[in-house]
Amino acid sequence: MNIDRNLMRLLSEQKRPFILSGLAGAVGALMLVAQAWMLSGIIEMAFRQAPAWREVLPLVGLFALFSTLRVLFGWAGHHEAKKGTLAIRKTLTERLSGTIAALGPSFARSAQSGRIVTTLLKGVESVDAWFSQYIPQLLLSLIVPLVILVAIFPADWLSGLILVLTAPLIPLFMILIGKRASAATEKQWNTMSRMSGHFLDMLQGLSTLKLFAQAKARRDGIEEASENFRHSTMQVLKIAFLSSLTLELVGTLGTAVVAVSIGLRLLGGHLPFRPGLFALLLVPEFYLVLRQLGTKFHAGMEGVTASKEMHEILDRASEIPKAGSCDLDANEVSTRPIVIDNLSYRFPGSGKAALDDVSLTIEPGTVTALTGPSGAGKSTLLNLLLRFVEPADGAISLGSRRVRQFSLDSWYRQIAWVPQHPFLFNATIRDNLLMARRDATQDEIDKALKQAGLFDMVRSLPEGLETMIGEEGARLSGGEAQRLSLARAFLKDAPLLLLDEPTSHTDPILEAQLRKAMEVLMRGRTVVMIAHRLETIRNADRIVVLDGGRIAQSGTHGELMADAGFYRQAIFSSMEEVAA
Amino acid sequence: MKTFLRLVGLTRPFAWWMLLAALIGFATIGSGIGLLMASAWLITTAALMPALSALQIGITGVRFFGISRGVIRYAERLMSHNTTFRILTRLRVWFYDAVEPLAPARLAAYRSADLLKRIVDDIQSLENIYARVLSPPVTAALVTLLMWFIVGHWSIQAAEGVLASQLVAGIAVPMLTARLARGTARGITALQGEQQVLAVDMVQGMSELRVFGMVGDYTARLREAEAKKLALQKRAAFIEGLHESLTGLAMNGAVIWILYSMLPLARSGAVNGVTLASVVFGVMASFEAFLPLTGSVQNIEADVRAGERLFEIIDAKPEVVPPAKPEPFPKSTGIEVKNLTFTYPGSDRPALDGVSFSVPPGSRTAIVGPSGAGKSTITSLMVRFWNPTQGTISIGGQNIDRLDPEALRRNIAVVSQKTYLFGQTIRENLLLAAPDATDEQLRQALTMSGLDSLQGRLDDWAGQHGMNLSGGEQQRLAIARMILQNAPVIVLDEATANLDAVTEEALLDTLHRTSQGRTVMAITHRLHHMERYDDIIVLYEGKVIERGSHEELLKLDGFYAGMWRLQHGEGNV
Repeated sequence: MNIDRNLMRLLSEQKRPFILSGLAGAVGALMLVAQAWMLSGIIEMAFRQAPAWREVLPLVGLFALFSTLRVLFGWAGHHEAKKGTLAIRKTLTERLSGTIAALGPSFARSAQSGRIVTTLLKGVESVDAWFSQYIPQLLLSLIVPLVILVAIFPADWLSGLILVLTAPLIPLFMILIGKRASAATEKQWNTMSRMSGHFLDMLQGLSTLKLFAQAKARRDGIEEASENFRHSTMQVLKIAFLSSLTLELVGTLGTAVVAVSIGLRLLGGHLPFRPGLFALLLVPEFYLVLRQLGTKFHAGMEGVTASKEMHEILDRASEIPKAGSCDLDANEVSTRPIVIDNLSYRFPGSGKAALDDVSLTIEPGTVTALTGPSGAGKSTLLNLLLRFVEPADGAISLGSRRVRQFSLDSWYRQIAWVPQHPFLFNATIRDNLLMARRDATQDEIDKALKQAGLFDMVRSLPEGLETMIGEEGARLSGGEAQRLSLARAFLKDAPLLLLDEPTSHTDPILEAQLRKAMEVLMRGRTVVMIAHRLETIRNADRIVVLDGGRIAQSGTHGELMADAGFYRQAIFSSMEEVAA
Repeated sequence: MKTFLRLVGLTRPFAWWMLLAALIGFATIGSGIGLLMASAWLITTAALMPALSALQIGITGVRFFGISRGVIRYAERLMSHNTTFRILTRLRVWFYDAVEPLAPARLAAYRSADLLKRIVDDIQSLENIYARVLSPPVTAALVTLLMWFIVGHWSIQAAEGVLASQLVAGIAVPMLTARLARGTARGITALQGEQQVLAVDMVQGMSELRVFGMVGDYTARLREAEAKKLALQKRAAFIEGLHESLTGLAMNGAVIWILYSMLPLARSGAVNGVTLASVVFGVMASFEAFLPLTGSVQNIEADVRAGERLFEIIDAKPEVVPPAKPEPFPKSTGIEVKNLTFTYPGSDRPALDGVSFSVPPGSRTAIVGPSGAGKSTITSLMVRFWNPTQGTISIGGQNIDRLDPEALRRNIAVVSQKTYLFGQTIRENLLLAAPDATDEQLRQALTMSGLDSLQGRLDDWAGQHGMNLSGGEQQRLAIARMILQNAPVIVLDEATANLDAVTEEALLDTLHRTSQGRTVMAITHRLHHMERYDDIIVLYEGKVIERGSHEELLKLDGFYAGMWRLQHGEGNV
């Protein structure tokens, strides 16, 4: 059965509309029976007595009433189910976005971000059919046949018996053929989506195709691939559609058998006319409801798949670390040392510690440079300070208070962060800046832009600060993005600055400008930075050399040069490179 | 409306197939009508207790229609899917044809994967236009016609009433619901787009949002968009329900009308009870044709929107039009750039401003300068992705706008910073550069580009965008392509900029070795092995500010010397 436990749980949170929908379906079924009874009565009268319009008018009136009510109850049933579905979708969106937000950057960056977005948006939309179509149809397919049988048996028990005997054929065939066919169909739809992937690939690589003068030649390739997919898909569909043909035949032949049996018994005088006609009117409805369950079953399938992906995220809610609720003020941060005490961290699923028993005291107002080979744990340490991840062991404290006591918001208020690859939002340059401080004035924005060396560039844009950037707007170069990130840090003006210095792969001139801006930014703040450049490192108050997750060396440039460790070796090898 | 007609025009080659499919759709519903009418005929006739043989025709009819309905439905589904896929093929080829001359200049705004994905989705969704928008009204019209003849055979008055209610169900109700639903589909699409942007920002920018204390802000905006979207979808569902209900009421109206207009005929004996019952059943069955019209109405708006987006793209005028009578590609490959000026659309600052230089055949020239100096623009102009605003580029004394762009590109091998690899095999990715190359030639090219490791993996999938290969391997594949292309002119556009220092060094050697004897133009901002170039051109803010050999430029002690010192004066740890 197409019953997903997680989806059922969601359903139980919104029982009311679905119960109402089922009730409306039941009333609708009663109306359907009443309507058929009236219509058979009218035709019987017309048939036997050729009555005047006046005489049939009461029956016609009732027929009109019942059929109108049936339509209205049907509509109400759908509406209620839809209402419940939308309420569930709203809850799902809230829970999913809340969980994703609470799981934070370590989750958002570990899983493919595209998949998270798809689950959050498309996933929630694809459960719609399960709730708004499959579940109501499931209710209807339980209620309507029952009501019809109860109505038919007293009128014509043989027709009722035929229905009872043939009805199980529909689910039986559905299971027998449906399983294989739906597997094949699914495979084929995957091929179809691969085809559209191929087409997307061609469009994205169009410049490359043109460079090799192959763009025109590939046109036929697209046509050929597309046609091949059509042929193979049609082969599969020929079989897949057999299942619905079988179901349809059970319905129509069932109707035919009932019609013939009624006809023959009427002929023999074993059955009065009106019950026969009444039964015949109801038989197609009986099969229709069951057949539709098959269609809606497939419509709901996608929701079950989507539900799995959504609950993979929702089930991780237990991993969300608990943050404290204490407040802290800027003064505290600028006067107290950050004490890192026996700190360890392990990546999920990895046996090796990324950070192993690290202890370090960072005095307020000093610059600490983290250095070491890649994979040494520099970024992990920064991520722990940023509380993007929680330590496996040990703690970070501000003075004597554990950092985890502070609420996330109050902690972040004291931090300015300049990452190596800053993210720019699909918004105007102004909005991207205002994220750092929502109430910044125009003068403050201008000043930050000047300090970051971005003022002239922004001014040269036709729309200035209102220029859209990111996906849908203009793209900034890597260097410009870094400067924008610097401008954000200037605006935020927080006492603790966490920096990831850009590697030297950018333009040398630009790099020199960036470095100068960074130096200004660092003044008067507590700075912890991942440093790559010798000059930056040399000027730090303290250099911490990490290696394999442990502190290999720590001290000033002079102290470290006096020691024959990694640091001196690295300095010498870089000198050699310059000499070469 | 114009967009809609253009979309319909696209399906014209399939008009006959579509008509056939609509006819079969009509036959399906016709069988349904036949089944119910034959059943009604059968039992009403039986009620008159004639001889059993008199029922035979009814029994046969019931069996026939019972089977034919299922079988025809089967044929209809096959046919309509087949046609849909054909249309999809055509739409893809049509869009590719239209968009090919526009690339890349007019597609610059659609570079991102997400936007292109939306285009592909748009095309995919247009397959609906036939199956869900165009076909149901044709079927409904044919059914209306059929019922007119069946009912009209007995009573014109009854037929008029049936026609009226079918017109209500087929035209008035869809028009009413379309009016009520106006803007719904469009609004839903717009909100979906807004949510996409918000969700991508939220997930990818989660770190920043956290530090700025804006996570709550974004989840709230996302929920708000969701709430608005749900409100619209609720409205759409309400309207859909209204449509179905009104169609149902129209059917009941038709039944009552038949009774009203045919009872007097039955009374007078002009029509017997058998006929009356059959006609009532037939009319009820005929309304099946009107139910899919809800879908037509709801899809049309979304389809027109998708069509508008596509037309907006392909209606752009191509940047580069090939000359009517192209000159043959010249024998000599010296490059002459004269007074070259180029401004990107929407920018008020020229990317290149009066640049002139020449590259003698077989020589090596480097173009250096900081990011944004206009270096890569020269490549785009060389291969005619764009046309210069002013000035000319000539090869062998021939202005390149007199050459066939395809011939030009075949003779210029470009290795750029980011190599696009198709989601195909490594062989197919290599054959792009030389469609007729033998496996032996491919292997040779791989060896020369330092990719011996890929020798036995020609049939391996390169992965989506070359994901199965490292950055170094991707650039080496680009070099293998360059070798295979065997072009007299080579343009290296920051070919090694994204690589780490060790890989870069190795690749620069390979490039140096494999490009011997050709006219080489290398664009770079990283000054490595500059002594290997005969000539160095220094670009700054779109202008040539220095020119000479490495030694001459160092001696000059100007901008170039400054760049050189910046890069080589300090070490890294």
